[in-house]
Amino acid sequence: MRDKLYNFVGKNPFWVILVCITFMVLAGTGAQKLEFKNDYRVFFSEENPQLTAFESMQKVYNKSDNVSFVVVPKDGNVFTAEHLAALKVLTKESWQVPYSTRVDSVTNFQYTYAEEDDMIVEDLVMSTKNLTSDRLEKIKQIAISEPLLVNKIISQTGHVSIVNVTVQFPGVNPMAETPEVAASVRAIKTQFLAEHPELDVYLSGMAMMNTSFGESSISDSSTLIPLMFLVVIVTIGLLLRTITGTISTVLIIIMSIVTTMGLAGWLGFYLTGPSSSAPTMIMTLAVADCIHILTSMFYEMRQGADKRTAIARSIKINLQPIFLTSITTAIGFLSMNFSDSPPFRDLGNLVAIGVMLAFVFSITIFPALLTVLPVRVKVQPENKKDIMAKLADFVIAKRKALLPLTSIFIISSIMFIPNNELNDDFVKYFDETVPYRVATDFMQENLSGMMMVEISVKTGEASGINNPKYLNSVSDFSDWLRARPETDHVNTITDTLKRLNKNMHGDDPNWYKLPDSQEMSAQYLLLYEMSLPYGLDLNNQLDVDKSSSRIVATFKNMTSNELITVERDMIQWFSKHAPQYEVDFASPSLMFAHIGQRNITSMLIGTTLALILISILLGVALKSWRFGLISLLPNLAPAAIGFGIWGLYSGQVGLGLSVVIGMTLGIVVDDTVHFLSKYLHARRDKNANTKEAVHYAFDNVGRALWVTTFVLVAGFTVLAQSSFKMNADMGFLTALTIFVALVVDFLFLPPLLMLLDKNKSEVKENAAVTAEATT
Amino acid sequence: MLTKKLLISALSVLSLLIVSNVSFALSAEEQKGLDISLEAKKRDLGWQDSTADMLMLLRNKQGQESIREIKMKSLEVIDDGDKSLTIFNKPRDVKGTAFLSFSHPIDADEQWLFLPALKRVKRISSRNKSGPFMGSEFAFEDLSSFEVEKYTYKYLGEEELNGLKSFKVEQYPADENSGYTRRIVWIDTEEYRVHKIDFYDRKDSLLKTLSFKGYKQYIAKHWRADIQEMINHQNGKSTELKWTNYAFKTGLSDSDFNRNSLKRAR
Repeated sequence: MRDKLYNFVGKNPFWVILVCITFMVLAGTGAQKLEFKNDYRVFFSEENPQLTAFESMQKVYNKSDNVSFVVVPKDGNVFTAEHLAALKVLTKESWQVPYSTRVDSVTNFQYTYAEEDDMIVEDLVMSTKNLTSDRLEKIKQIAISEPLLVNKIISQTGHVSIVNVTVQFPGVNPMAETPEVAASVRAIKTQFLAEHPELDVYLSGMAMMNTSFGESSISDSSTLIPLMFLVVIVTIGLLLRTITGTISTVLIIIMSIVTTMGLAGWLGFYLTGPSSSAPTMIMTLAVADCIHILTSMFYEMRQGADKRTAIARSIKINLQPIFLTSITTAIGFLSMNFSDSPPFRDLGNLVAIGVMLAFVFSITIFPALLTVLPVRVKVQPENKKDIMAKLADFVIAKRKALLPLTSIFIISSIMFIPNNELNDDFVKYFDETVPYRVATDFMQENLSGMMMVEISVKTGEASGINNPKYLNSVSDFSDWLRARPETDHVNTITDTLKRLNKNMHGDDPNWYKLPDSQEMSAQYLLLYEMSLPYGLDLNNQLDVDKSSSRIVATFKNMTSNELITVERDMIQWFSKHAPQYEVDFASPSLMFAHIGQRNITSMLIGTTLALILISILLGVALKSWRFGLISLLPNLAPAAIGFGIWGLYSGQVGLGLSVVIGMTLGIVVDDTVHFLSKYLHARRDKNANTKEAVHYAFDNVGRALWVTTFVLVAGFTVLAQSSFKMNADMGFLTALTIFVALVVDFLFLPPLLMLLDKNKSEVKENAAVTAEATT
Repeated sequence: MLTKKLLISALSVLSLLIVSNVSFALSAEEQKGLDISLEAKKRDLGWQDSTADMLMLLRNKQGQESIREIKMKSLEVIDDGDKSLTIFNKPRDVKGTAFLSFSHPIDADEQWLFLPALKRVKRISSRNKSGPFMGSEFAFEDLSSFEVEKYTYKYLGEEELNGLKSFKVEQYPADENSGYTRRIVWIDTEEYRVHKIDFYDRKDSLLKTLSFKGYKQYIAKHWRADIQEMINHQNGKSTELKWTNYAFKTGLSDSDFNRNSLKRAR
């Protein structure tokens, strides 16, 4: 079978090339169908309970996607006639943002006050023409003492303010809607800045975050992919010194990526932040196959074989190991299907497809190309081998010291794993080069965080929210929440009712309290609702039959665990103080806070399954269950060490990192497979003792292992440069794990083999002999 | 230098011409649009006063419903906006609340609200024309009386709607506090009744559609629809108005529409 493959390829290289390229072109046309999904919701599967809760809440109240213009006067005071005039302009302009349904700012805040028996409802800033300093001071005092505004629309000191635009995406063509909003908002900003150079403007909000997902990935692919090509070309060019080999490898890479992404298009995949890193990963993994084939082929040619024979032999030697390593890598990536987050399932599936395609291409069109193109071999002294031999000598000589030393290293690394905590802070998904991150950090420092929780308190009966008991509960809850140190802002209907009650009593501050009868509250609200202009109504706080109201809490930046604690405390508050109401908690922040937990659990199942599958494969491939079991140690240790080091370095584990174990498992296994198979080959076929076998393994695969590791580490380090932190962290930890895997395979596995194998070397040898005899 | 001056004066003359054209002479489409609206208004003149019961059905995207029950009394005012008295029956906690409004074609409406819980009449001063009426998808301006001066017009053509030949007229609100940039109105050519209105929001995208169903003629002259259905295309919510017990010329007068009448309104 192995001979037949190259026989055919060698005889019909042009046909093979033609068929492969036709296949690529046909599949590749599907890539046009690929679109990028600009929506944080893609991170959640449809059955995700937090997403379901959030969506049903959005149907009851109005949606809460938004864009925030953070307006910063350079002189540090919002309350000047000039700046307020500018804010009025910006407020008016904001109504032009596509799909906008509401605009909130300091200037259009619906200020209510009493004048004898009149109730006056008007914009807080009506005209900016004749504003005296007294009037400006009064506006400032109203604004910064208004609970609806302070810390949300205006900072406590009045130095920064926000124009918040609520956007209701129709969702008809989501891929186009978000960029449309972003483009409009940016145009408004540019024009506004040109007219008002005395102000700075930052853009934040959910719509801007969604935009950044797309833009971040697109800017990545225009920098990272070329960088990755450079790495591949330099590595192969320098290490293997072959032009034909480099060109052919680059071609295999391009074909693997184009075909995979094309098939993805045909299969109806869409791109997201994580899955857009698939090309870089496929590229990295595809190189390994080519390196193995090229290394063996050049070895044969240096030994004096002609090109065709060398290629044929190389394919024959490498077919099984490459197939095995491709399969294990694919299984590792397929384990990502257990992730709770669809983009990671897509990433896993895409890379798995890519890896298998790379395998197919590297045994078909790759040898065909090598057959057709001229290949020259420079005879050079194999001094690298000497280094490997020296390393082997060193490991064998110092095995008694190495085993405890490496074991201590592994165990002490593992001890730092608990340093990691689950945390998905979607703001930190972007690094500090992304404008959205800069804007949001600024907002967090000067106004309020991006962490929000929406709380729907339901009475189950029409007009139930007007009941004084209900209002008192909601008000007490809001006070309790405000007293917590992590709370920035609480938006609640009870504040509005208290203000109205005061207005109704001639603005007497003693009446700043909840009305004491249901009728009173209902009629105040009716009066107020009848007085509000378009887009500033209460529909975002009350449901249609006034049976429930929504409280929106904004928190300082915190970790997922802290937010979950706050959520638990809130649930407890209600069960203790107001158990009669059904309360729902939902928000994107909560969705992200919970997904880490959900994802880790499901990924552990997936990874275990992958581990079992891979171990069975190894057992079969190595023809020994014992060595299959031994291999578990070097296969699992790298991820453990990787996470240990991560615990020391950062300790924040988000969605991106939770898939790393499964992903790296399939890759690090390759090293073990190559090393163990050569070791066993020496033990079984060459009757070598353990030391000789270790030496043999180093001599034969040592170099190939470090070259492929180098490429892989370089590839994932390139990914670590992504401005999308989710991908960057994933790249970094994967690179680290792969590097550790090589160290483990070189320094820990051999001493371990020499220890374990020696104890039972008699038994083992007998077993090998009987195995030999029966075959 | 001279040419520059000439150019400027020529330009100013030109712009003056354009401005005067707009204010004095209407284009054929504008004139026809205005004529249709004048005719529609004329045909409904002389109803003097009316009373009716209104059932308001609010629906959100989730399918949740809510009912409001309202009694409406209106008084025709020639050469100004009509006067209206709205008395709330349901929800129960606002029962007896009464809302008095003197609408004006261009100026802000005058409004008073009687709150039984407070036993006081409050004058509301606000620019709330564009705001929702009782949390529904109807804005105040959608419910207030039609006055020709409230809009400028453009005739768009004839179109068949629900089997009726209709004029299609575009209306541009004269009041800058309006929530709309324009409305497109379908008026049947036979009786000059409004059958459908499309509302375009401040950024000129389609916001709502109002449909009129079940037109009936009262006292052999005035057509009123039994059902008005407003659908908000942007938030998926809708509001249905069901009118019953229409009565005309019931003998109401100015004295039934003042602050004092608010308190005794039933």
